[in-house]
Amino acid sequence: MSASETEKATPERRGPDYWLKLLFVRLGVLPFLLVIAVVVFTLLSDNFLTGRNLMNVVRQSVYLTIVSLGQMFALLTGGFDLSVGTILALTSVVGAMVMASVYGAMPEMAGLAIAIGALAGILAGTTIGAVNGIGVAVFNVSPFIMTLGIASVGFGIALYLTGGVPVYGMPIEFGDTFGFGTWFGIPSPIYVAVLFIVLVYFIVNWTRFGRYLYAVGGNIKAARLSGISTRFTLFTTYVICGFLAAVSGMLLTARLDTGEANIGASMPLESIAACVIAGVSLRGGVGRVENVVLGALFIGLVQNGMNLARIESYLQTVVLGGLLILAVVADQIRLRYIANMRD
Amino acid sequence: MVASDMTADAARGGRTAPAAPLLDVQGLSKRYPGVLALDHVDFSLQPGEVHILFGENGAGKSTMISILAGANRPSDGVIHFRGETVELDSVHHARELGISAVFQEFSLVPQMTVEENLFLGAEHTRFGLLDKGDLHRRAEAILKRLGFPLRPGDRVQHLTRAEQQMVEIAKAFRSELSVLILDEPTASLTERETAQLFGLIEQVKAEGVGVIYITHRMSEIRRIGDRITVLRDGRYIDTVDAKTTDEDELVRLMTGRVIDELFPKVNYAPGASLLTVERLTTQSRNVVDASIEVKAGEIVGLAGLVGAGKSEVARACFGLEPVASGQVTLNNEDVTGLSAKRMLDKGFFYLPPDRREEGLVMMRSVRENVSLPSLDRPPFAVGPLLDRGGERRATAELMERLNLQPPRLERAVDHFSGGNQQKVLLAKSLTREVQVFAFDEPTVGVDVGTRVAIYEFIRDLCEAGAGILLISSDLPEVLHLSNRVYVFYRGEVKAELVGEEITEEAVLRHFFERDAA
Repeated sequence: MSASETEKATPERRGPDYWLKLLFVRLGVLPFLLVIAVVVFTLLSDNFLTGRNLMNVVRQSVYLTIVSLGQMFALLTGGFDLSVGTILALTSVVGAMVMASVYGAMPEMAGLAIAIGALAGILAGTTIGAVNGIGVAVFNVSPFIMTLGIASVGFGIALYLTGGVPVYGMPIEFGDTFGFGTWFGIPSPIYVAVLFIVLVYFIVNWTRFGRYLYAVGGNIKAARLSGISTRFTLFTTYVICGFLAAVSGMLLTARLDTGEANIGASMPLESIAACVIAGVSLRGGVGRVENVVLGALFIGLVQNGMNLARIESYLQTVVLGGLLILAVVADQIRLRYIANMRD
Repeated sequence: MVASDMTADAARGGRTAPAAPLLDVQGLSKRYPGVLALDHVDFSLQPGEVHILFGENGAGKSTMISILAGANRPSDGVIHFRGETVELDSVHHARELGISAVFQEFSLVPQMTVEENLFLGAEHTRFGLLDKGDLHRRAEAILKRLGFPLRPGDRVQHLTRAEQQMVEIAKAFRSELSVLILDEPTASLTERETAQLFGLIEQVKAEGVGVIYITHRMSEIRRIGDRITVLRDGRYIDTVDAKTTDEDELVRLMTGRVIDELFPKVNYAPGASLLTVERLTTQSRNVVDASIEVKAGEIVGLAGLVGAGKSEVARACFGLEPVASGQVTLNNEDVTGLSAKRMLDKGFFYLPPDRREEGLVMMRSVRENVSLPSLDRPPFAVGPLLDRGGERRATAELMERLNLQPPRLERAVDHFSGGNQQKVLLAKSLTREVQVFAFDEPTVGVDVGTRVAIYEFIRDLCEAGAGILLISSDLPEVLHLSNRVYVFYRGEVKAELVGEEITEEAVLRHFFERDAA
């Protein structure tokens, strides 16, 4: 919609059209989509624009936000990770099984069981990321094939481990603390998300590794000629992506109170959509952490708004897919504007 | 049908009166965002004439021929073809009129065969199906007529570059031809293949075809040129007779300067040996048994055709080409086969020829590009973290020294002119301590002003005691800046020339196979 609004603008007469266009070129499609979404859902439902509901949106978006941060690493280097959903599932299953068995053996030490279980789950998920990294960085398998193949492998393992049945028996404290707990009135998962947002922001903007992400994604040959170990950069990228997906998987397990092999199926699409809507380039080398967070929040907002407006969940996936494609089309239009507007 | 009638007309016209021009171009302009690539250029082409387009990289030659070939549309100006105003809206349309171009960048599909490539986009069909038998016969007929030793069924990816070029030329002959455009066609041909191509040009000339020919080589201009049109910075400069205009005059027209102004005087002070390459052979055998040496305070030129090994030898030193045998020594230390990262740490910096392909991260800012090789050291880093303030100050200082225009450090490199992009590439080499610089085609696609600045940059480095490897296909550049020159031919070092021995004849003598002559 924003595209058609701004299309007629000409740089010569600097009316509101021009400034809209400039805003579009500078910030991308996301601000426009956010404004449209807020207006539409406020009109559709009285409950949408309330403090309580917005807090709800933020809490529900935590899982996607953390996964999207990881996905952003992969996208910045010019790849992507289709196995994030599987990583969530495997983390959940392994974490829950280990936690339940440690807790079963030592019922008096719930804290220890939680720590060991969470660690095991996150380790399992990160391992998947490391396997992706080895495939992409060492054996030059395209990220598409590597992560698609691993998605199937990981999902199979998760189902095999559980026989398709949810894993019960985790200490009640796990869910109470990391799933439903609040601190000063704010749900605890939000703290975890904020911690990782800050950490990722710092890594991307203030470390050598962060800069190398952009260089490798922007021009891998130039990066190599500038003395960058592209192999290490790519490998670490997928490890980090796996790690973040695993953290998200553990948090979701706490919320569900069970280990499930069937969670995360929509994560690859949603996390890529969140990044792309936020202006992360599919060609690599372009993207900002703060925008990705907004992108994930936007998707959470749309899902929440559609729920309040009683839109059927089947139709919701239609909307999501459409938004992803719209974002890519808008990105193309934006590139054309940039070419015309450079000074 | 129409095309063949026209060719016949032209042939008749060519023999009788002072012919009407085949092509008459007036006020041709091409505007890209921010640049005027072509500024009201006039040009005419007679039937049976070889008209040379001459000028530096970026002078507008490529833009001009891409418009004439229908690949690009002009912003302004008119094109008359056989007296009629035409609007060439596609390559296909231009081909139908009989205007065909052979560009430097091939438009071949490597996985397809020679004959499939020849008729790509113009396949002959019967009842909606490909008439493969007919295509095969026609392909054979064209190749036979041109005398190219190619088999129609071979896959293009298995051909040498010269053979691929032949396919590209043969494509121009698949329909009746009136105007043939050749963009540096001999760049990858041997002397024998070149002679063959020139024979072919003579042949089509006699048939009344007009040839537009782009080359940098003086000897070719003499051999086949009739008229020369010189372009500079997108503007028409002059049209002169090819037989009577001498080289100095052409260089003056091309650059707007006499040779002495273009190339600075360098005070060489060869000192200790910095880089020695002994009997180096790469795994791909594009360098064979090559030995070169670079001393502190000198500029060593590497000359030769594209693919002759001059670039590859430097790439092998920088860890970009796997080494099969031989030794590379830097500062008396064996550095054979080290990675680019390690070589940078040892003090060897290689600047690649293609900024867009290998040199710069185009969508990132000037600042990020300049600091990229040195993010592990002050002033760009403090410990494990980036020092963004130090980075900003250091890059600002470097870019001021190199006179970046406009001086906007946060703007994406993509949005600068070619000359300024090259300055960003050069600045990368100044972010750390370097003893040997390898400049691979340092002045490709830059304007004259920047060219002079780059030469002075290289001179300053040399006079400050660095060792310089200057790899270039631009012969005057190598001739005027180097105090020693190695000439490469098919991966081998054919000659080493020192001081007064460095002349165009001496260098060119080793460019080609000698058996052909």
